[in-house]
Amino acid sequence: MNHTHLELTGVGISFPTDKGLFCALQNVNLKIDKGEFVSLIGHSGCGKSTVLNIVAGLYQASTGGVILDGKEVNSPGPERAVVFQNHSLLPWLTCYQNIELAVQQVFKGRKGKAEMREWIEHNLNLVHMTHARDKRPSEISGGMKQRIGIGRALAMQPKVLLMDEPFGALDALTRAHLQDSLMEIHADLGNTVIMITHDVDEAVLLSDRIVMMSNGPSATVGDILKVDLARPRERMALAHDPRYHEYRAAVLEFLYQRQRRPAA
Amino acid sequence: MSNPAVAQPIKDTLKTARKAALAKRWLPALLLPVVGLLAFLLFWQLAAGSIDTSLGKFPGPAQAVSQFSSLVDEHIAEQRKADAFYQRQEARNAERLAKDPDAKVTVRPYTGKPTFFKQILTSLYTVMTGFAIASLIAIPLGIVCGLSRPIYNAINPLIQVFKPVSPLAWLPLVTMVVSAVYTSADPLFAKSFVTSALTVALCCLWPTVINTTVGVANMDKDLLNVSRVLSLSPLSHVRRIVLPAAIPMIFTGLRLSLATGWMVLIAAEMLAQNPGLGKFIWDEFQNGSSNSLGRIMVAVIVIGLIGFVLDRLMLALQRRVSWDKNADLR
Repeated sequence: MNHTHLELTGVGISFPTDKGLFCALQNVNLKIDKGEFVSLIGHSGCGKSTVLNIVAGLYQASTGGVILDGKEVNSPGPERAVVFQNHSLLPWLTCYQNIELAVQQVFKGRKGKAEMREWIEHNLNLVHMTHARDKRPSEISGGMKQRIGIGRALAMQPKVLLMDEPFGALDALTRAHLQDSLMEIHADLGNTVIMITHDVDEAVLLSDRIVMMSNGPSATVGDILKVDLARPRERMALAHDPRYHEYRAAVLEFLYQRQRRPAA
Repeated sequence: MSNPAVAQPIKDTLKTARKAALAKRWLPALLLPVVGLLAFLLFWQLAAGSIDTSLGKFPGPAQAVSQFSSLVDEHIAEQRKADAFYQRQEARNAERLAKDPDAKVTVRPYTGKPTFFKQILTSLYTVMTGFAIASLIAIPLGIVCGLSRPIYNAINPLIQVFKPVSPLAWLPLVTMVVSAVYTSADPLFAKSFVTSALTVALCCLWPTVINTTVGVANMDKDLLNVSRVLSLSPLSHVRRIVLPAAIPMIFTGLRLSLATGWMVLIAAEMLAQNPGLGKFIWDEFQNGSSNSLGRIMVAVIVIGLIGFVLDRLMLALQRRVSWDKNADLR
């Protein structure tokens, strides 16, 4: 539990623009333990998604690098599964088939047909979507799509689960349901999770640590807050917990006092 | 509600209301096209009566109908002749075999003048062949162009230059190349058929290539990221992600291509005297009898109807294949 699982060292990235190089991220250092739940929070445009995309291997860091279990990350792969903000399910496949595509890719040669079917159904069940297994994404609600997106990512048995504002597009009630589901799953499977969020309550409720990012350009890690609340956490109980409010206040203070939102 | 005497009239009212609603929906859908058709027939009749040509008055709807039935009669008569020919041939061969079991008998095909309906089949067969050849080239080419910007940049100027070329400009070249290259002693297909089909294919290529390219290039970037995270191989990337994502645009291209191909074919058949509806029209024009214009009018309408049916068939296929059931396909 104490050895570093995922390590970002001096990560920076620049994009070429018409006015020359634009430095989006600079010197991001972060060590994450196995099974840890880490949130990245910051104002929009601060490069949170860029950090996630670099860990996913979808972007290549210009400086520094990412090491996962002693191996450098330089291309995308299923051991770093991504849950995209807008679900990104393949619209021509049913829920079952969307997960099946991932399972076939990751476990081909390792699991038999029956085993794969069982594993897909297990994951559908994990995100409470067994009832919609033969529906297409256009036939289910936004929250359900996001559940399938999470189910697909979990089915890859990733070392790290990367979530890019997974609940950003959902209404408050659906979001609360999915946060509870995610906590359950995290408690069960003990995945390492990096989640991007805009939502302070979500960050405090779910995370072991909250990484607060400074504003870009040249954004970097501003501060890291350790959230020392016992698990399992109860949304209602926490509402009356003074420590919860302290954490919340600390994040808010960072976001609105120390890192004032850039003129939007 | 519990009183049946009261409930019954309510049910009846509901029923009539539902019927009325149904009629309201269907009546305009059926009525308006019929009104349009009648107006067109009236206009045609009036216009035809006031146009004099060297071959007599321009044919009206009535003449067209009577020419159509005479074409049907001719077809039946020709069919009878063919049947009779084959019967005679069979009898003759049987007779010869009875005399000498080792006699060599030949079965010759009937070589009568192709009727209007035979020409329709020839044209359909030709256009489908050309369309199939074009699609087999155009879809893969479009996918490659859509996936790779450099390849697109290399090929796009050629596409833009060849796209507006009329089929009639290609025709002489295709004819000469086919006669030079396609020289087998016992050809599987007639040269004229190959020429027509290739000309159709040359003109069918472009809409499918362009639309497939656009469909692939404008794919949702998130789906590409899904494919990258899954580390799909290039082949399964194309098969599982790119092809399904581009299906709607591919079909748009295919429908445009088939419509173009059908128009091109008629022109090519007229110019090259290759069998088919185009030749039928040209022959009637050269024939110059008092029936000719009426027959050409029949051919024009049939060509239009076939074009319409081909497009509807493609649309039905598109509806079956397309995953986007909410799209308003028309």
